[in-house]
This record gives sequence, structure tokens and C-alpha cells, in this order.
Amino acid sequence: MSFNQQTAHHHQQSANQTETVLRTENLDIYYGKFLAVKGVNLAIPKNRITAFIGPSGCGKSTLLRSFNRLNDLINGFHVEGKVYYYDQDLYAPKIDPVEVRRRIGMVFQKPNPFPKSIYDNIAYGARVNGYKGNLDELVENSLRQAALWDEVKDKLKQNGLALSGGQQQRLCIARAIAINPDVVLMDEPCASLDPISTLKVEDLMHQLKEQYSIVIVTHNMQQATRVADMTAFFNAKATEKGGKQGYLVEYDQTEMIFQSPKEEATRDYVSGRFG
Amino acid sequence: MTILAGACLVIALIPLFAVLIYVIGQGIGRLDVNLFTKLPPPPGLKGGGVGNAILGTLITVGIGTLISLPFGVFAAVYLSEFSSGKVSRWIRFATNVLAGVPSIIAGIFAYGLIVATTGKFSAFAGGVALAVLMLPTIIRTTDEALQIVPQDVRWASVGVGASNYQTVLKVVIPAAMPAIITGVTLAIARAAGETAPLIFTALFSNFWPRLSPQTLWNQPIATLSVLIYNFATVPFQAQQELAWAASLILVFMILLTSILARWATRRQIY
Repeated sequence: MSFNQQTAHHHQQSANQTETVLRTENLDIYYGKFLAVKGVNLAIPKNRITAFIGPSGCGKSTLLRSFNRLNDLINGFHVEGKVYYYDQDLYAPKIDPVEVRRRIGMVFQKPNPFPKSIYDNIAYGARVNGYKGNLDELVENSLRQAALWDEVKDKLKQNGLALSGGQQQRLCIARAIAINPDVVLMDEPCASLDPISTLKVEDLMHQLKEQYSIVIVTHNMQQATRVADMTAFFNAKATEKGGKQGYLVEYDQTEMIFQSPKEEATRDYVSGRFG
Repeated sequence: MTILAGACLVIALIPLFAVLIYVIGQGIGRLDVNLFTKLPPPPGLKGGGVGNAILGTLITVGIGTLISLPFGVFAAVYLSEFSSGKVSRWIRFATNVLAGVPSIIAGIFAYGLIVATTGKFSAFAGGVALAVLMLPTIIRTTDEALQIVPQDVRWASVGVGASNYQTVLKVVIPAAMPAIITGVTLAIARAAGETAPLIFTALFSNFWPRLSPQTLWNQPIATLSVLIYNFATVPFQAQQELAWAASLILVFMILLTSILARWATRRQIY
């Protein structure tokens, strides 16, 4: 069996364990004429945590934002190839990006609560989506799911920006899950948090994966080993014009990536030899 | 070097304090209730007040604000949130040109547009002239205030399924509100002190302004700045004293507005 067949075989296995929620097919991502991410093929399993690791500038975050069409807000952005959510092409002309973002929520690198009360931060998504149910219940449930309820239940009217960094990030997670998405994308959600807050968020992710499929971008390899079921390693190569072009090197179960990676670049990266 | 810079600072502050002290010294003698409640006396008589001019300034500046505020804020929202780079560069440039237009030109513009066509001097004409002057300040400060709101917060809003309009109306503008209020207040403070654009639009009146829609269109109205201009140059002592007292009132109105603007700035979110 050749090397490539082995890898392909393994992909097959991991994808078979569970339903696929997001899948890319020869995905190229451009900013204007600049090809930022090239030729990505991967399948994100449902109710699992999938981590994207790799050096800076390898396009992990760009790829992540292309899953909920947030890159649409950047001038000159376009994709070639396909992104499927179940069997729907997310970039088909009839797809409404607003509807995509209701299904595929996002948590950002820096905690970014709205300058509104804790309550309104959570209720915002429901209100703009015309939610007809009980807002109080929704706010409480979302905050409970984000393990923040006990800390803020007596100060729901307080401004969300007055919370600590770790609490703000959990508020942002609560806000993301309040609209009851299918997938939660997390772009380095612990990058600006202290170790204790980081552990709280990681615990939370383990609980959340029962209901949601999670994709997380992280620079912290220990974090990937702690939380992720699947890990994708991306690398970047310099282009002639001085930019960086990201590509997927290897995608496998997390243990495989960290203990017996197939590619030398992956081995070097996870053993800390570069990146 | 430090001493030289310090000396320059003191020299730069001299005009401010000299003006303040002189205006307070000259104006404080006539500061009483009558000043705020009475009309100016006929030439040669004593007493009276500048009540009509205070009210007139508030009305004229109010009209100017009502006109310039919605146009200015929405223009800035377009610039910051919806326009493409090329268009916005030209609009920002045009706004800066408008900011550099001498105030008397704004007056002539309002004269040609309103006074010459209706045939009447009016509070409305004065308000239009002031609105032209306030517009660039409001656009620029609002534009800057909106751009300070982090991109992350817009993304967060869009990320929970809000449209661009919902994001701008419910997240970006509220976040920028303190800075917008600061800009609008500074524009109001500037407009309140303008004289040249009012001389041939609002003109002047020795009577109380009547607050009916028609009179705002077809009757001249007194303002503090024009009152100062008129009364400072007449040979009657009562009028000259009133001009000083009106200066004091105007300076304090502007000071108060500026303090209000500072206070709004302190509440800034980002």
C-alpha cells in the first residue's frame, strides 16, 4: 500500500465514524488576486471538536471564516472550489449568508461583547432573528450552558464589557449558542485568556460538543491535544510576490497527528522544531 | 527647551484668559434678571435686557441642528459603513473643503437660497446658514467615531445572523454614540458663536420672536452674536453695556456646551 493510499484510507475511516457537517472540496480562498489558502479538502465531523493548527499566516482563521461566510465582509474576498454544509453548497448564489451565520455561529479571538447589558448581549441574536419564545429563559439557558450563569445571574443589567476577560469570552460563547446554531466556530478563543479561564473554556467545549459541532483554531498545541477529536495541520509557503500561501498538510485523529504523523512537516511542527 | 516651550504655552494662553477676564469684567455689571427677561431699550433709554436674542440664538441654532444632524449623521454612516473606498475618499475630501469655507460664504449661500427667493429675512434662513457650517463637523466627527468601533464587534453582530443594517443601527451607532454627541455638541458650540452668516439671513429684531411656523419663515430674528455686533458700535451707553453682557452670556453658553461635549467624550466605550 503506498503512502498516499494509507492517508486516504485513514481519512475514510475517521469520516465514517460520524456524520459530516462541513466539507470542503478543492477550496481556494482569494483576497483580490492573492491566493491565501490553496486546495483544501477536509470533512468536519458532527458533534466532535476539530482543531486547526499551524504557524501564523497559514490561513487557518481565513478558512474558518469561510465556513460562515464572514469573509464576505472583506473587500476582494472570493472562493473557488466548494464548501458544503451537509449537502448544501454554502457559496451557491441562492444561499443567504445571514441564514448561514444563524446555523454556524462564531466566537472570536478577542472577547468582543457588545457595549450592552449582559442580558441584551445574549438576547441580541434572538431579537434580530425575530425569536418569539421566552427571552428570559433563553438568556438563562444560554448562560448556564456557557457556565457563566452563577457568576452573573445577579447582574444581568450590568454592561457586558465590565466582566473579566474570561467571563467576557464565556459571554461571547453564550451569545453564539443562544441562536441555537449547529456548528460553533472558535477562532483562538483562549488566546487572550489566563490559564484558569482557558481551562474553564476548554471544559465548556467538552460539554458543548454533545449538542454542537465545534471547529477551533488554536496556536496552542497542548490545547489541541486536550480538546480536539480531529486535528488538521496547515502550513504556509512563501509565494514569489512575498506573500504566504496556506495549505492543508495533514488531517487525522488528534492522537495520530501528535503521536505518529505521516508528514515530516507535521512531525517537526508538533514536536516544536519550527512554527 | 522646556522653559521655552512653557513660555510659549503661557503666551498662547494669554489671549484666552485676557478675553475671559475682560468679558467678565465688562459684562458682569449688567448681569441681572432683567438681562434675561427684558427686551433691549430704545436708543437713549436705560435698562432692558437681551432676552429676545438669547431665545433667538437658541431657535436659530436649534433649526440649524435639526437640519444638519440627520443629514450629517447619515452621511457619516454611509461613509463609514456602506461606501467603497474610492467614493468615500472623494466625499471626505469634499467635506474637508466645506469645513474650510469661510462662514460668510455660508451666509451668502443661505441668503441666495432662502432670503432672495422668499424675499424675507428669517430664523429659518439663519438656521440653514448655520447648518451648512455644522455639517462638515458633524460628518467628520461621526465618521471618525464610527471607524473607532472595532471590526470585531461588527463581525460578532453579523456572526449571530444580523444584517448589515441591524448591525449598524443596533450595535455600531450605539457604541459610537458618546463620540457622536461630542461632535454634534462641538458643532452647536461653533454655530452659536457665528455672526457673519446671520447678518444677512436672520438679520436682527428688537422684538420677541414669535414661535409660529409662519414667523420662523418670514420674520427676522435677534441673536446674541448679531446683537453684540450691532450694539457694540452704537454711541449709546445702555446698548454698549448690553453688548458686553450678551458677550458674557454667549461665552458661557459656549463654555457650557463644550463642557457637555467633554463629559460625553468621557463616557466613550472604545
